[in-house]
Amino acid sequence: MNARAVFDLFIFPGFLFAAVFGLFAGWLDRKLSARFQYRVGPPLFQNFNDVFKLMGKETILVKDGVNWLFIAAPLAALAVMSLVSAMTGTALFFGRGLGGDLLVVMYLLMFFSVTIVLGGASTGNIFASLGAGREVKLLLADELAFILACLVPVVQSGYRLRLSEILSYQAEEGAVLGSVSGILAFLVCLLAMQAKMALPPFHIPEAETELVAGTFMEYSGPLLAFWKLSQHMKYVVFPFLMILLFWGGFRLEGLGILWGVLKYLLILFLMIVIKNTNPRLRTDTTLAFFWKWAAPLGLAAVILAVLGV
Amino acid sequence: MGWYKKRLAKSLWVFHVSASPCNNCDIEILDLLTPRYDVERFGIKLVGSVRHADVLLVSGVINEKVAPMVRRLYEQTVKPVFVVGIGSCPASRCCFKDSYNIGQRPGEIIPIDLYIPGCPPKPEAIIEGIVKLVGVLNG
Repeated sequence: MNARAVFDLFIFPGFLFAAVFGLFAGWLDRKLSARFQYRVGPPLFQNFNDVFKLMGKETILVKDGVNWLFIAAPLAALAVMSLVSAMTGTALFFGRGLGGDLLVVMYLLMFFSVTIVLGGASTGNIFASLGAGREVKLLLADELAFILACLVPVVQSGYRLRLSEILSYQAEEGAVLGSVSGILAFLVCLLAMQAKMALPPFHIPEAETELVAGTFMEYSGPLLAFWKLSQHMKYVVFPFLMILLFWGGFRLEGLGILWGVLKYLLILFLMIVIKNTNPRLRTDTTLAFFWKWAAPLGLAAVILAVLGV
Repeated sequence: MGWYKKRLAKSLWVFHVSASPCNNCDIEILDLLTPRYDVERFGIKLVGSVRHADVLLVSGVINEKVAPMVRRLYEQTVKPVFVVGIGSCPASRCCFKDSYNIGQRPGEIIPIDLYIPGCPPKPEAIIEGIVKLVGVLNG
């Protein structure tokens, strides 16, 4: 592994960048949610304070739990999010790949949900186990719609899977979002992202009124901080992935930077608005929604993309 | 250590322990989270799991039935943790002091760091108590 790859993974588009940027994005989410409820909301560095505070607390290992899994799951989740962030970031900012394509990104995002399931189930806590079971159902619901939506840019760019090649196709031929199939896929992808981030209305695994804290019930101290960090990194990774797949990426000169920031903020804002205006769906309604509506819409988008619309 | 305590003071996550209350203080605690008082301004968040908590808000006389549970909750909490007794009940047990099911004093069951008297205390009084706790943490 050369120095540039280490830099990519740990500093710039990878861990550090995604963590700092994600904590600020998480603040924006909390602040806007507070404004939606006519509250004032937390100060700017709130999420940093939360994470630093959790770092200094003790960690309790559960007596009946599988301890190595309990510790490994949040670390694996953090590693997965850093890797996805580095892969999308290098394609977006530098126009080169880190040695992975869209399939790897899809697998890694799926693996992230699996780490949540393993971490939750390793404790033996009833609420955490229920949350883990619901996470599996949510993964089952959103995965098909997500994959179908991700296929549309692949089909449009002439069956190319590399992230940088999808970007360079969009730079030449215009963004995927400019076509009918692109718009449909964007909508489906936005909803699937909402479910992958476990934001309302799909916060079924950690429904705080039913499952208290869901899969993170038994986590405390630094391990909980790692979970929080990887949850916040999703606020960076998912909008970036959507910009990359559907919206032609950033241009890093002049007005391109402004447009890039606006694209990111618009996707984040859409997520927060959906989050704040919808109550939680039941597990069966979520499954029905994704399998009966979102997935067929994604399939229609793929067929339209194959036909070239 | 001072730096860490400042971080802690800025993100106190509270867990609500209802130890045989009359439910009056609990309503006042929930008032704190409403738009009018909004304690999220100070980074205070209500959490559902006791493992995430920094502050235990204990309301009610802790009677014999519930005392072992409160003790257990305190032991399950991740240290450092602060215990705040909300209302007159943890402080003086109010009108329930002669009840048949009253055993140890609340301060003997778990160490209580701060009492906020009142029956029930106003949300302003609870905020003042928490500001005092923050002030102690900031030194």
